[in-house]
Amino acid sequence: MENSPDSAASLLEVRGISKSFGAVRALQEVDFTLRAGEIHALLGENGAGKSTLIKVITGVFQRDAGIVRIGGEEVAPRSAKAALQAGIATVYQEVNLLPNLSVAQNLFLDRQPMRFGVVREGEMRRRAKALLADFGLDIDVSAPLGNYSVAIQHVTAIARAVDLSARVLILDEPTASLDRHEVEILFGIMRQLAKRGIGIVFVSHFLDQVYEISDRITVLRNGRLVGERETASLSRLELIRMMLGRELAETTSARASAGAQTAREVCASFEGYGKAGYVAPFNLELRHGEVVGLAGLLGSGRTETARLVFGAERPDRGQARVEGAPVRLQSPRDGVRHGFGYCPEERKTDGIVAELTVRENIVLALQAKRGLHRPLSRREQDEIASRYVKMLDIRPPDPDRPVGLLSGGNQQKVLLARWLATSPRLLVLDEPTRGIDVGAHAEIIRLIRELCDDGLALLVISSELDEIVTYSDRVVVLRDRAHVEELAGEAIDVGSILAAIAADGASVAHEGRA
Amino acid sequence: MKGLPPVLITAIVLVAGFALCAMQFPNIASTRVVGNLLTDNAFLGIVATGMTFVIISGGIDLSVGSVIGFTTVFVALAIERWGMPPLVAFVAILALSAAFGAAMGAVIHVFDLPPFIVTLAGMFLARGASFLLSTESVPITAPVYSTVSDFALRLPGGGRLTAVAIIMLAIVIGGALLLQLTRFGANVYALGGSRATASLMGVAVGRMTVKIYMLSSLLAGIAGIVFSFYTSAGYSLSAVGVELDTIAAVVIGGTLLTGGQGSVIGTFLGVLIQGMIQTYINFDGTLSSWWTKIATGVLLFAFIALQQGLVALARRPVAKRAGAVS
Repeated sequence: MENSPDSAASLLEVRGISKSFGAVRALQEVDFTLRAGEIHALLGENGAGKSTLIKVITGVFQRDAGIVRIGGEEVAPRSAKAALQAGIATVYQEVNLLPNLSVAQNLFLDRQPMRFGVVREGEMRRRAKALLADFGLDIDVSAPLGNYSVAIQHVTAIARAVDLSARVLILDEPTASLDRHEVEILFGIMRQLAKRGIGIVFVSHFLDQVYEISDRITVLRNGRLVGERETASLSRLELIRMMLGRELAETTSARASAGAQTAREVCASFEGYGKAGYVAPFNLELRHGEVVGLAGLLGSGRTETARLVFGAERPDRGQARVEGAPVRLQSPRDGVRHGFGYCPEERKTDGIVAELTVRENIVLALQAKRGLHRPLSRREQDEIASRYVKMLDIRPPDPDRPVGLLSGGNQQKVLLARWLATSPRLLVLDEPTRGIDVGAHAEIIRLIRELCDDGLALLVISSELDEIVTYSDRVVVLRDRAHVEELAGEAIDVGSILAAIAADGASVAHEGRA
Repeated sequence: MKGLPPVLITAIVLVAGFALCAMQFPNIASTRVVGNLLTDNAFLGIVATGMTFVIISGGIDLSVGSVIGFTTVFVALAIERWGMPPLVAFVAILALSAAFGAAMGAVIHVFDLPPFIVTLAGMFLARGASFLLSTESVPITAPVYSTVSDFALRLPGGGRLTAVAIIMLAIVIGGALLLQLTRFGANVYALGGSRATASLMGVAVGRMTVKIYMLSSLLAGIAGIVFSFYTSAGYSLSAVGVELDTIAAVVIGGTLLTGGQGSVIGTFLGVLIQGMIQTYINFDGTLSSWWTKIATGVLLFAFIALQQGLVALARRPVAKRAGAVS
């Protein structure tokens, strides 16, 4: 076994991990090092590979290549239970405990103190109380866990993991459902555990919290390692650039500026549109033959904006207009009725129906729009399906193949075809290039431009800034659930988008210190 | 510990119902009637104890009625035609039914099939097998049967606590202790909370599933023997539909049909409520006995609605939190 100089200090070493799902390479030769007693933030946008990495480390997925070492010893857990025995415990955002059991039973399930084949309830409660007291928690441990707040459930899960002699603790978005005070309590516990020599992996998309708690940061993007830095010496702008952008040199945007001069007709407009606690009111104009990009970090309000525009979420203020006429968008049905289409980010769960064929998936939205009384004949269906299979170059070009058997890029095209078949005036695409291979990537981008040249209005969300720069006529930058900047024409480049996203971070940090 | 409020409500319904019955027919409030009630429902109490484990673990066992039927036929034939000593026949049928339950549990776990389907298949299988053995009622004349039938503890007030009632009470108490005090019991609740999570927390989900269905079928076998004592015969059509009475008793007893919550004591109270309604109808004399089913149906509705209400109440604060986040 090779001995790197810091291997004595490193508790968990991950070297050259790769993992593919079919044609999609979720992780490519990723390295990750966790030292004993440190809090290490693992960052990246959706689909960057954070969850896959965690699942490979904890044995939920089996890796294709690479090694994992704990305390210098190579481990290959085949299940979450085996990982736990190796000293790796994971606490997920949705707490993996049993809400119907008492807190004490949750802490000691399957290892309760026994006497004569009977659980020593009193002893178990006393131990549970003592264990939780270590974490500054004084609660009735005989009450069902479900009676307590998510924060207490998290602490219980952590307590259980630590009591199972975990040396590596992975916290996956632990703060997402906690309020400020609860986050403080959790951070206190994390610091205390780190002092005891436990290595903590902290996954979060709250950058403020990352800066507050972590010692080091590892950033992933598109399944690759971008870098590992000391938190103290990494500026926020630099961090966001690591998460979103590629090298600036690559991104000389070759956008067709021909259309930019002609004033295009407004397709849909939104004035003071918003929903309390969801997205701050915004103004947005979408024009025919124009691509508007939505840029921002995960959780900044991009998807929320898209859902409001489509009608998937009800606004509580503002006015929407389609071709100048005021309309109400209260449900996806309204959106479809006004000629809107929406390709959501979670293709697998919200979009395609994997068991149905390409043809059936393509005609789905059109049939829904026509209503049950006017079924499309098989001939019409075949005609539509083969037209889009040809137009979008869906491969293999077999309309009767179940969509589940297609690659990610082709699934995305089927989804696109479904909406195009309804001849929409506006198409909303949420992360259209997520999880598809590089070749299909370029093709989807080409398609976006082509559709746009045909007069369609497009609203596209993407975490890939170079991509957004390539196809957008205008870019709206979001931050903390508000639209903060709109860039147009020549002003669009990766640098200015990054600056707009990061500006807030700097100001918040200052406010925080003041 | 768990699900106390629904159990309390069941207890209140039982006490109030009994009081109403006693007001109309004062004779009901006697040890004689209560003793008979326990005897008449002994087999139901036994099989419902097993069903409680199954339902708390998030499953269902539709085969129990058929297993009872098969047991009565098997026991009757074994003793009367095949010349087996009764005790040997009992051991044989209990081993057989336990193996039957274990097999169903294994199929449910290994093939990841819904318990509903697997135990439905088990129900047809066991019922069909009992017809294969004999299509007609086989009377049991072994001396042990009359001895056991005659045995009873005298209760003050002229009532009799029969052997089958004693067996049932022992099983109910044993079941309650098993569920509340042992690691096995805790794991049953854990499975009902979430199989995936329980597995992540180290519970051997497969082994538990096999054991739970084995327990249920074993108790159904015991209930079958008790039933044969009760009727002194084996008949392939006996205990048809009992699985549904059993599920009703479990649910009326406050056990959540979706699993994770419930108690054996509650189930016992649920059995008593059904017995009480039957007793009332017998006393009245003019009502059709099918009114038992109607009353049970109404109660079942009421309890399911009540549980949904309680569950919704329990979930509300959590839902609010989640809403604030997304």
